[in-house]
Amino acid sequence: MSGVLVIAELVRDVPARLSLELLGLARQIVAQTGGSVSALVFGCDQTASAALIARGADKVFVVDDPRAADYNSDTWTACAAHAADQSAPAVVLSGHTTKGMDLAPRLAFRLNSAAAMGCVSVTWEDGEMRFTRPCYGGSARETVSIRTAPAVATVRSGCYDAAPADAMRRGEIVTLGVDSQASRLRVVERRPEAGDKVRLEDARVVVAGGRGLNGPDGFAVLGELAQVLGGVVGASRVPCDLGWCPHSMQIGLTGKTITPDLYIAVGISGASHHMAGCGGARIIVAINTDPDAAIFRDARFGVIGDFRKVVPALAAEVRKGATDGR
Amino acid sequence: MHIVVCTKLVPDPEAAFSMFTVDEHAKRVIPAPGLRWVMSPFDEQAMEAALRIREKQPDSRITVMTLGPDNARNALKHGLAMGADDGVFLSDTAFQEAGSYITAFLLAAAIRKLRGCDLVLTGRQAADWDAGIVGAGIAETLAVPVISFAKDVQIDGGAVRVERVLDDGTEVVEADLPAVVTVSNELGAARAPTLRETMRAARKPVVVWSGADLGWSASAAEAAGIRCVRERVFLPVKNSRCEILEGASPEEQAASLARRLREARVI
Repeated sequence: MSGVLVIAELVRDVPARLSLELLGLARQIVAQTGGSVSALVFGCDQTASAALIARGADKVFVVDDPRAADYNSDTWTACAAHAADQSAPAVVLSGHTTKGMDLAPRLAFRLNSAAAMGCVSVTWEDGEMRFTRPCYGGSARETVSIRTAPAVATVRSGCYDAAPADAMRRGEIVTLGVDSQASRLRVVERRPEAGDKVRLEDARVVVAGGRGLNGPDGFAVLGELAQVLGGVVGASRVPCDLGWCPHSMQIGLTGKTITPDLYIAVGISGASHHMAGCGGARIIVAINTDPDAAIFRDARFGVIGDFRKVVPALAAEVRKGATDGR
Repeated sequence: MHIVVCTKLVPDPEAAFSMFTVDEHAKRVIPAPGLRWVMSPFDEQAMEAALRIREKQPDSRITVMTLGPDNARNALKHGLAMGADDGVFLSDTAFQEAGSYITAFLLAAAIRKLRGCDLVLTGRQAADWDAGIVGAGIAETLAVPVISFAKDVQIDGGAVRVERVLDDGTEVVEADLPAVVTVSNELGAARAPTLRETMRAARKPVVVWSGADLGWSASAAEAAGIRCVRERVFLPVKNSRCEILEGASPEEQAASLARRLREARVI
């Protein structure tokens, strides 16, 4: 068994950034171990397959059935197992998304192997694949090796770079059939949340609020700053659990993992489980009334003060800078 | 309706980062001595989901199950005090340091020994290793459907109907019973045990099964354990070089912050 199989995800018919990062990681792995890179994609047209090849796939398994495009745990697991049988990879990689988190452990059991969930690093050492992942609510890290093949792993976003697109790369496209009848699951209804145009996972600037906002209206204040910065608003777990904002805004161990250039944490204490979702941001700014908040240990810049005064002042300052032509 | 809720006892996940150290040699995380041990919160919410089902279907029976060392019995006590009808304790020195695979096989074996059940509920992941593998593993081992990250769990005739959390909203998925459902924090807070239920808990039946009771052999343990080997456990390095931007007013603080962010070319 050699090479890598990447379970790709599409966002509005285009490969997700995280899927491209996985292809980048897959190329790094095969450069050391040999073997080729395959990708599995569901219900796509030729354009998405071509994009996956341009970004590093040597072979693309296409489940060419529009009904398979939407996630179904049974269908996707069966197709992934089928693609793994055909490509016999050493490693199967998927994104640490709600799809990947659901699929990877099932696939691992189906293939009589093991899964490493939510990895921040995948390396080849002493002839073994090693996977490093946060645990204990982000307080600690563990590195595991998987001795059975194929190893299955989900990888968090922003840990690896996508390879540049190379339109000259050539690859093979293989169509996989799907037995939709085999699914024991019936998707009755989808309830998408009308969110920002830019996905939280893709935003370069994220302004997030926590318990310290003291209520749902604080998010409007953050929204104004996010708007002048061209960013998106997120949240820690507490405001989501309290119903101040939708759960799709949650950043952290059980929410989204984001790696923006700028992360502004407002009224967020900085618990480990939150930092597990945003610790990879290039610059973290903390705005908090409590000078002892743990967030100041992770932040590069801190402001101790009332967000209702500091955040609008920062928004005004950014606007002023923009009109000054800076 | 027979519901089995699989639970785990973990060091209090709400404890501060500083309450944990690491024994790099033993490859273990060592919680501070005074730290409370609690039922993993997602498992507590799985118990809550079971109790909500029983409120609508009073003839339901809830079995709380756990695997672990002697103190893991406290997870059962908590589940029984929340309102479970009986408990199953999987306890054997051979289960020490059981990873996700062994745990899933053993829980599945115990469910088989109970002659199956209609619904298995468990947390989306345990709050210690945060893997999120066991629920899926029980389902794959028992060859029954699994629905993950439940926000709401309803029984509708012979089927379970689950609203589950997605990256960009939710979806409603149905499966015929028996099935496994893993519960996410979106389900809402779990109820606290009442005094009355806590008093009753001590009289509720608990069975204890060893590896031998489950037909578990040393060779099976070795085959499962070798799949995934822990090589290292460590604490991430904190940067602790935060620059606090001072100023006589929020405007001055904001101006100073904006200047730094421009220098760093992030705005």
